[in-house]
Amino acid sequence: MGVAIAFWILAIVSVAAALAVVLLRDIFRAALALILCFLTIAGLYVTLSADFLAAVQVLIYVGAIAILIILAIMLTREVQRGGLSNKLQLPVVVVVVLLLGALIYTMVSTPWAVSTAMPLVPTTPILAGKLFGEGGFILVVEMAAVLLLVAILGAIVLVREK
Amino acid sequence: MLVGLEHYLILSTILFAIGLYGALSKRNAIVILMSIEIMLVAVSIALVAFSRYIVPLALTGQVFVIFIMVVAAAEAAVGLAIIIAIYRGYETIDATKINLMKW
Repeated sequence: MGVAIAFWILAIVSVAAALAVVLLRDIFRAALALILCFLTIAGLYVTLSADFLAAVQVLIYVGAIAILIILAIMLTREVQRGGLSNKLQLPVVVVVVLLLGALIYTMVSTPWAVSTAMPLVPTTPILAGKLFGEGGFILVVEMAAVLLLVAILGAIVLVREK
Repeated sequence: MLVGLEHYLILSTILFAIGLYGALSKRNAIVILMSIEIMLVAVSIALVAFSRYIVPLALTGQVFVIFIMVVAAAEAAVGLAIIIAIYRGYETIDATKINLMKW
């Protein structure tokens, strides 16, 4: 019961925060709403018994990505003009509503094979075994490391003064 | 009211739709990047919900979410670097005015 109440509160707050991100005129307040959205989603991970992911969500999204976005907002000085829309707003609304209806219809009408087993808690040692253990995702982990290195070098090259 | 898999899937769909609306209809490039982050996070919710309700003993969905976070961090770093580089050259980040490669 407590999980259900937590889910409804977190769901409503996260949808409201996401709407604030796309609708607010002040882009700095939109970035703050984005931080609120990330935090509520960390709470949703807790209700899904994904404790390690909740901690990583706070660390990476709230701690790193949101700070990067706020830094970019400070550097570009178009704070008051964030909410402007382009000419395609009406067709985009139609397309998005159609896509939303189709996806929700598919998700509700599909008979998912829901398992009744209790989730594993804590997840951290099991995830470590999956990532680094025998028959796990170790190749993908190394590719992710290379991807991060390339992204860091690319960002440095792009913003370097000529 | 018991919360099940469908609730999480519908929440993730709504967040994805909001992010898609922002990414397609906004003019400020930073708002577009923020909308893309919302879309990535929405997909992560769906993956964790599938992992929790359909294969609760495998945790494969949570591993995928870790890699999505890696890609999101790389995308944010490179995307914001591109935006700052464009701002240096054009003095604007309005996506409708950055049209050098448009014919």
